[in-house]
Amino acid sequence: MHQINCPWCGPRDENEFSYQGDANCRIATQSKAPEEIEDLLYFRPNPKGLHKEYWHHVSGCRQYIIVERHTLTHEIRSARLARSPQNQEQS
Amino acid sequence: MKYSELSLLREGITGHKNWPRAWRDAQPKKRYDAIIIGGGGHGLATAYYLAREHSITNVAVLEKGWIGGGNVGRNTTIIRSNYMLPANTHFYDFSMKLWEQQERDLNFNTMVSQRGVLNLFHSDPQRDAFARRGNAMRLAGVDAELLDKEQVRQLAPRLDFENARFPIEGGLFQPRGGTVRHDAVAWGYARAADSRGVDIIQNCEVIDIIHEGGKAIGVSTSKGPIHADKIGIAVAGHTSQVAKMTGIRLPIETHVLQAFVTEGLKPFVDTVITFGAGHFYVSQSDKGGLVFGGDLDGYNSYAQRGGFPMMHHVMAAGVAMMPSLGRVRLLRQWGGVMDMTMDGSPIICKTDIGGLYLNGGWCYGGFKATPASGFCFAHTIAKDEPHALNAPFTIDRFRTGHLLDEKGVGPNPWIQ
Ligand SMILES: Cc1cc2nc3c(=O)[nH]c(=O)nc-3n(C[C@H](O)[C@H](O)[C@H](O)COP(=O)(O)OP(=O)(O)OC[C@H]3O[C@@H](n4cnc5c(N)ncnc54)[C@H](O)[C@@H]3O)c2cc1C
Ligand SMILES: [Zn+2]
Repeated sequence: MHQINCPWCGPRDENEFSYQGDANCRIATQSKAPEEIEDLLYFRPNPKGLHKEYWHHVSGCRQYIIVERHTLTHEIRSARLARSPQNQEQS
Repeated sequence: MKYSELSLLREGITGHKNWPRAWRDAQPKKRYDAIIIGGGGHGLATAYYLAREHSITNVAVLEKGWIGGGNVGRNTTIIRSNYMLPANTHFYDFSMKLWEQQERDLNFNTMVSQRGVLNLFHSDPQRDAFARRGNAMRLAGVDAELLDKEQVRQLAPRLDFENARFPIEGGLFQPRGGTVRHDAVAWGYARAADSRGVDIIQNCEVIDIIHEGGKAIGVSTSKGPIHADKIGIAVAGHTSQVAKMTGIRLPIETHVLQAFVTEGLKPFVDTVITFGAGHFYVSQSDKGGLVFGGDLDGYNSYAQRGGFPMMHHVMAAGVAMMPSLGRVRLLRQWGGVMDMTMDGSPIICKTDIGGLYLNGGWCYGGFKATPASGFCFAHTIAKDEPHALNAPFTIDRFRTGHLLDEKGVGPNPWIQ
């Protein structure tokens, strides 16, 4: 069982959250070329190692959290709010 | 040695001391005509068909662990061809036909059991959807029967027909579906490929794919470099990892799925049954254990084990469908890692690198595909072009929009 340290609620069990996938994915707009849309929508680095991913704290504060988690050991490195200014700048 | 009643009798009365090895413990040669990376069901079947259909016998299967240690020995053994999209329907029904002749082909008892697969439905819209799928199957020449509640009750009397929340209204039944002993499939293909000259090399991990001027020429392995004219990748959950060696990017995420087996019970589930109101499927092995599974754990993972939240979820769905399961004790549980594609359908194709071929993206449904996958991948490698049956299973489909999204859930593999 993963335990995610929600920035609002503190450490909570995985089953309070809903997984929302790779946090590197960007939204594809229709004006892009097929290759670009394909890239944005479908290709994933799929690392065997640290993975940046969204977890929605659906049974808690309902915030989106970006978790950095190891896909082999399941160790969680960090958890921060997806809407923090730092992430806004990146996207 | 040919396995037969006579050989069984002869070995039986002499104490089973003289059975020969089923396949040689081969060491790698410097060069092969073709190398298959990954000694799972698909890799072994490919080697077998390369030898049988295309007379390419100077072939090595390189397996990083042991034969049967991957998903081929971890799945819940269900075979079926109840798909709706034409490309899938034809491919999986071809696979079903190969299962039907597999024991004779391989001279190996793989315990192919066409005990039927029953998909339950619980509401009117679900009945409509199943009727549509059943009709699509029948139009493609695949067997399908829409059963009403009473017909389901005759087939599977232990289900909870009085469930207030999810009443069972009927089911879609494929009589030719069933189960196959998964380990025997790996061993049967390994033995049959070996007897045609294929080298099966265990404990041999591919670390890199050597390519020059846009052409693959060999692999570096934990047992040294091995050269080959043609290289096929069939590594299931590690497809992204191996493809990365040549810079190929894929529409794939790796996820974990669990399987469960209970203590042995007297026969009481004699078909494969799937719940329509939650993800749960069950069959009973010949030893009596109930073999069942459910959803993916739901997050990217390369760990070959599962977590408790999904165990709880799967058992809850099982008990909702069949309350008598509540008293049964669980004996074993394990996980396997799968390469989930962004449309839920597989990839069997050539790549942009000459002499390099890809077989992957089997999601949680690739066991049933094993014979057809091996047949089509062998064709693709031998002829340097796809067989008609695997022509739609390209990587390009994600760019051209010809997706094969059987479930219509989009690029969200964790909810496939
Ligand atoms: C719990 C579970 C239940 C399932 N249930 C069903 C089911 O009921 N019906 C169904 O149709 N499908 C089912 N599946 C899916 C099915 O098992 C897989 O799709 C299928 O087995 C994958 O193909 P394979 O047999 O070749 O894989 P594997 O047996 O995993 O073979 C791949 C091999 O590649 C090797 N490998 C990886 N990297 C390297 C490397 N670098 N060098 C050398 N070797 C390497 C691995 O060690 C492995 O042995 C299930 C899967 C799981 C995990
Ligand atoms: Zn929270």
